[in-house]
Amino acid sequence: MTQSFRLNDVGLINRDKKISFKFNGVTYYGYEGDTLASALIANGVHLVGRSFKYHRPRGFFGAGVDEPYAIVQLYRNGETEPNIKATEQELFEGLEAKSVNCWPSVNFDVGAINNFLKIFLPAGFYYKTFMWPKSFWYKVYEPFIRKAAGLGVASTKHDKERYEHKYEYCDLLIAGSGPSGLASAYAAAKNGARVILAEDKSRFGGTLLTSDVNIGNQTGKEWADGIISELKEMPNVTVKNRSQVFGYYDHNMLVMSERISDHLPSTKKFHPKQRLWYIRAKEVLISSGSIERPLVFGNNDTPGVMLSSAAKEYLKVYGVLVGKKPLIFTNNDSGYETAIELKKNGVDPIILDTRKDPHSEIIDEAKNLGIEIKFSYVVVAAQGYKKVKSADISKISDDKEQLGTIENIKCDCICVSGFWTPTIHLASQSGNKTQFKEEIDAFIPGESKQNEKTLGAANGIYTLDETLKSSFEVGNEISKKITNKENKVSFPNVVEKKSTVHDKFWCVPLPKGKNYKRFLDFQNDVAVSDIEIALREGYRSIEHVKRYTTLGMATDQGKTSNLNGLQLVSKIENKVVPAVGHTTFRPPYTPVSIGAIVGREIGKHSKPTRKSPMHFWHEKNNAVFVDAGVWLRPRYYKQGNETLFEGSKREAKNVRTNVGVCDVTTLGKIDIKGPDAAELLNRVYTNAWLKLPVGKARYGVMLREDGIVMDDGTTTRISENHYHMTTTTAQAANVLSHLEYYLQLVWPDLNVNVVSSTEQWAGAAIAGPKSRDLLQKLFPNSDVSNEGLPFMGYMEGDLFGVKARIFRISFSGELAYEVNVESDYGNFMWEKIMEIGEEFQIQPYGTEALSTLRIEMGHVAGSELDGRTIPYDNSLEGLLSKKKDFIGKRSLTREAFTAEDRQKVVGVVPLDKKTSIPEGSHLVKDSNAPLPNPKLGYISASCWSVEHDNPFSLAILKNGKNMIGEKLYVMSPLKNKVIPVEIVSSHYVDPKGERVRS
Amino acid sequence: MRSQNEFSYGGDATVKRPDLNKEISDQEWDNFVYNRKSLRGKHWELWQHISGCRQWIKVERDTATHEIFMTLKANEEISL
Repeated sequence: MTQSFRLNDVGLINRDKKISFKFNGVTYYGYEGDTLASALIANGVHLVGRSFKYHRPRGFFGAGVDEPYAIVQLYRNGETEPNIKATEQELFEGLEAKSVNCWPSVNFDVGAINNFLKIFLPAGFYYKTFMWPKSFWYKVYEPFIRKAAGLGVASTKHDKERYEHKYEYCDLLIAGSGPSGLASAYAAAKNGARVILAEDKSRFGGTLLTSDVNIGNQTGKEWADGIISELKEMPNVTVKNRSQVFGYYDHNMLVMSERISDHLPSTKKFHPKQRLWYIRAKEVLISSGSIERPLVFGNNDTPGVMLSSAAKEYLKVYGVLVGKKPLIFTNNDSGYETAIELKKNGVDPIILDTRKDPHSEIIDEAKNLGIEIKFSYVVVAAQGYKKVKSADISKISDDKEQLGTIENIKCDCICVSGFWTPTIHLASQSGNKTQFKEEIDAFIPGESKQNEKTLGAANGIYTLDETLKSSFEVGNEISKKITNKENKVSFPNVVEKKSTVHDKFWCVPLPKGKNYKRFLDFQNDVAVSDIEIALREGYRSIEHVKRYTTLGMATDQGKTSNLNGLQLVSKIENKVVPAVGHTTFRPPYTPVSIGAIVGREIGKHSKPTRKSPMHFWHEKNNAVFVDAGVWLRPRYYKQGNETLFEGSKREAKNVRTNVGVCDVTTLGKIDIKGPDAAELLNRVYTNAWLKLPVGKARYGVMLREDGIVMDDGTTTRISENHYHMTTTTAQAANVLSHLEYYLQLVWPDLNVNVVSSTEQWAGAAIAGPKSRDLLQKLFPNSDVSNEGLPFMGYMEGDLFGVKARIFRISFSGELAYEVNVESDYGNFMWEKIMEIGEEFQIQPYGTEALSTLRIEMGHVAGSELDGRTIPYDNSLEGLLSKKKDFIGKRSLTREAFTAEDRQKVVGVVPLDKKTSIPEGSHLVKDSNAPLPNPKLGYISASCWSVEHDNPFSLAILKNGKNMIGEKLYVMSPLKNKVIPVEIVSSHYVDPKGERVRS
Repeated sequence: MRSQNEFSYGGDATVKRPDLNKEISDQEWDNFVYNRKSLRGKHWELWQHISGCRQWIKVERDTATHEIFMTLKANEEISL
């Protein structure tokens, strides 16, 4: 392939460095400094994709962030990325890209049938279509829509690239390096202010790179280059290209994404791909320029129809012709600038100007160059399917209502200019109430809300002289106030061609008998007729019209379509544009990759990992770990090829027959001290605490004020005014905050101190019939007999020279103890337990066996105390004191909480005693009842009972109290299972609780 | 100045818990547990310095602009 649309001597690309790349499998060549778009156009490729709804052919419309069409799937260094704008993606050696939204190929696209079905795809079609018949949805509509629609495919692989976050502050953040950005940055920098100047593109200078102007006897580009190199030398200035300031947040915090490596074949070692900057700026200058508006006419989405400013940029920056027989269709002087540049490079454009008789310096120049100009002319429709081949043009009446005779002229592109829309997104995001400026038919920023000012074209100022003057002025004034220094720079002489007023006309009427689609939003295929339908159907608010028609949505966020949409609504509604108002501008201005937002906080860096002091012992002994909040806990200790099921069953069985040891360091522990400690416990727990003797532990349940169970655990009275509270692993932090809340805000009169001691103690639970024998050997000098250390008793002991706390508490339902030592001795304790326990056939057990043991005991835990259940539901109503008040007590009298058929925890056993019951399944009376089948309850936890050797589950069941013995069905649509079950008591093992007291 | 992510939000600071053992109507209890105004504008809120000194504080904040006007210690009364 040759670059037949490339000029020999124009542009800023490096012709010495040829770059090869692939598009849809074909190899092409471009030059260093090209974008994917400019390189494709140089090769004559104009068909890049298919449109979203009708699958019409799509080419290039712009040359930057406003591009609605040219979205590609990019392949770089073994990774793939969707939604990349070809107009922004810089070319690198080996780049590969593919069209999106077309299947099977861009040239032959099945979805294009939609183009002929378009009468069935009107505004709001998502809401209206595909509703019936219901059975068609999963099998016909959805797969078809999924295959045919969408913009690219996200990679499902782990992103190997590195993304970073950076926090920065400055006196002035200047967004955009066009004339206003450069002038204000320069003036502020000279006054000694800390300046950050951000430019989205790779090249600085904005419109100065493409416009024919003279600043201080230099071309615009020479002047821009001079300023930039001077700024780069200054220590108080940071100049960043490839950096988009995309969001303006509260307190003058702005976020910028810097694309550090996207333009390289692969990211350099130790470099990030992208960096997100959080910038706190004292002052913000918005110099984001303006975007050209399209003119609306029939088939104005045909490839080859593009913005006239884009055509000029492709020529001046990349040395690329967008066509060899161009038609310029304009309502203002900007189109002439493009025509003049084309003419100077040996191409003969024809200008169609909607105005009747305009006069200006630029128009005169065009005339003098011999360019053919037709006044009061419009393009009625573009002709050609995959590329513009000709245009139907016509004279238009002075009132712009009547078309004349339609003529057809040959052309290969149509460059449109409908005047300019200031880019006010950042100003609007800052809270600035925008105002409509009649002379330019567009919104500009109004009164500043935060410390922000908008300059130049973004503020509706379209002459270079005025832009530079005001920007120098603003840069100087604002920085002077910050630095108290003034180092005024001399203002350069500016030469630019004068232009005249634009024509407010923007939408060409349909010729009689034709129903051409006239597009407003090119990315979402929203045509004039769609807006008309939406208004006819009663949508009035522009926000509703947007959502109903999808005008201004998707990745380009309507950068080229919003204003024309507003103009249309205002015309039909017979309202002025400011009365219609615009939709809210929200960050981000341009799409930001998820990777950049997440930054380094991925994988194990996303949260801290907490390990118990015995962690390395677990690791050495083949523990398979599970995340428990931020803790890593052994799930089971794998022996040979054991599965989780086999291993946990072995461990649980060993607890029931011999003795097991479990690392319970992760349990939350709170040290409570003070003369009013007992009173505090009495208020936060539901049961009575004032009479607990020293050396005793008690089980307690605490509620939220709404009566829902918050947490449970045991608290031990260590000495007169000293208690040791335990919480569940998951609720540890919440319970501490809860206690602090009441102590600091509600009952400050209570003299109590609470502090977390979770990390200070290592804990080992020793459980099983042989646990006392083991304990006696661990503490030969202590009396740990049933009399010496009864159930719920506490004592201190000497573990081979290490001070230990011994609690006789049980989670497994077996005779059990919990030993705590200071964390540093945790591993010593554990090894001693394993060493001495050997003769009692001790085995360590993990969380899976721990769960099995507690489930078959009917001991409620996190899956029942799930933030939706009250004490009654968990059969904890026996712990509710009638004699005293406590947190949440008043809520328990609520009608629903006292209902006769209130839900309650029960046990569930499958009738076949074989089929495991999936957690989360629903309980129903009749498995064949019509949907929605009334749900009676849900399975909260399941295990394989090692005591009975069959599956056993806990469930929260409506009227559970009276359901014991009932036969119900468990249904799990997710696992496609229906299991007949019997409801039994939740206490499946040792219902009288004799073992723990033995 | 401390970073906002060291703090945790704790709800409306003007809500007073009814005294223990006090007989109150369902309506009064509902007002304490559930009913909140969800104001736009100035609002007294509770925040806890959860990754720091663990103190609960009262903060007057604008819910629309996030501007903070005043802070009080847990034991200081809000004067409305």
